[in-house]
Amino acid sequence: MSDWSRAELRARTPESATARTLHLTVDGWPGHLPGQHVDVRLTADDGYRAVRSYSLSAPADGDRIEISVQPAPHGEVSPYLAEDFPVGAGIEVKGPLGGWFVWKPGRPGPVLLVAGGSGIAPLAAMLRARLDLGDDGPPFHLAYSLRDPGQRWFGALLDGVAKAEDPAVTAACLYTRTAPPGHPRPVGRITAADLDLPGFAPADGALAFVCGPTAFVEKAAGLLVHLGHRPDRVRTERFG
Amino acid sequence: MATLTPGFHGHRRTRGDRLPPGQFLTEDFPVLSAGPTPEVPLDQWEFTLTTEDGGRHRWTWEQFLALPQQEVTTDLHCVTRWSKFDTRWRGVSLDTLLEGVTTHARYALAESYGGYTTNLPLADLRDGKAWIAHTYDGEPLAAEHGGPARLLVPHLYFWKSAKWITGLTLGRTDRRGFWEQFGYHDYGDPWREQRTWND
Repeated sequence: MSDWSRAELRARTPESATARTLHLTVDGWPGHLPGQHVDVRLTADDGYRAVRSYSLSAPADGDRIEISVQPAPHGEVSPYLAEDFPVGAGIEVKGPLGGWFVWKPGRPGPVLLVAGGSGIAPLAAMLRARLDLGDDGPPFHLAYSLRDPGQRWFGALLDGVAKAEDPAVTAACLYTRTAPPGHPRPVGRITAADLDLPGFAPADGALAFVCGPTAFVEKAAGLLVHLGHRPDRVRTERFG
Repeated sequence: MATLTPGFHGHRRTRGDRLPPGQFLTEDFPVLSAGPTPEVPLDQWEFTLTTEDGGRHRWTWEQFLALPQQEVTTDLHCVTRWSKFDTRWRGVSLDTLLEGVTTHARYALAESYGGYTTNLPLADLRDGKAWIAHTYDGEPLAAEHGGPARLLVPHLYFWKSAKWITGLTLGRTDRRGFWEQFGYHDYGDPWREQRTWND
């Protein structure tokens, strides 16, 4: 049994020079939890089909969902979605999927989000769901490792977090190659110091979500374990 | 209904019958793991087979490597939709480990360092269908891919091939493993697309 639903592309917005967020509406979408993903099915004229999984990058909002796509060089699906799939056209989706890499709004306890590159997508959904709770939500911190300022996805969301200056919801960009002028952190890969934060220690009962390329997740999850976080409180999602 | 994904062509389809439905072929070796990668020193590694009566059969790393070894070349199919062809492994057949073990169990629960579990029918581990593998492509299996040793059950979706395996508990009843509790299918046949509870 398969439960494919028809979705329609409403808008496509840029996250970087090449990455795009697709804003879709889905017939009968049942809602989802931040961190869940969706399968997307494409059908060619001759009936050939291709399916890929994408994290949902926004919290539940009626029949609207968002996925964020980094086109892979010579990729079969991602360049089409990011560049060619016309607004107003249809696609099929199945979901929501995934029951582990999810944050349930209302869960007490601080949350540490650790993103590598496009691994920010499901964590952006969690961060937005947290912001929707206002003053009632638990402490959140996002550590976002990225190559340079041009790769900074969800700029408006991150600018909003910075501008609000709410000590309960913070975000830090960890630039690995080029930082904007005056950026406080030296350029470089993620270190224990980026994750050793007051209020987000193992003793605080912090729950960590780490998402990114395999090598990044191996590094970041290892750092968290060495800082004393229980392995079962470090949830990971790897790609590539 | 408006046309679906107009202008989508996809890549050429020349993969014959080897690619299960809904899968795509990759040359990479992606990683699906729920948490951090456990570090397991070889001098502390052990594998324990527990029968439904509580009988235990235990192997240290040296004892495990002293068992008959097999070379396996097989295709892998991950529920996250990548497939990889002609992967080369070396390890010990479950037939070897189950030799001389008296059991009437129908199910097995694989248990891993780090707490991961997955459930399978015992019949799917017999008759040359499953191994405990420690070598991939001629090299010791990397920790991120399940080293020192992982279960290899290539005819099922790859989450059934538990990484960092340390035990197998046999039972008369089926107990759901980790991903199976979080929505993945109990059996996981890639040719029948048994991905989630509803499939």
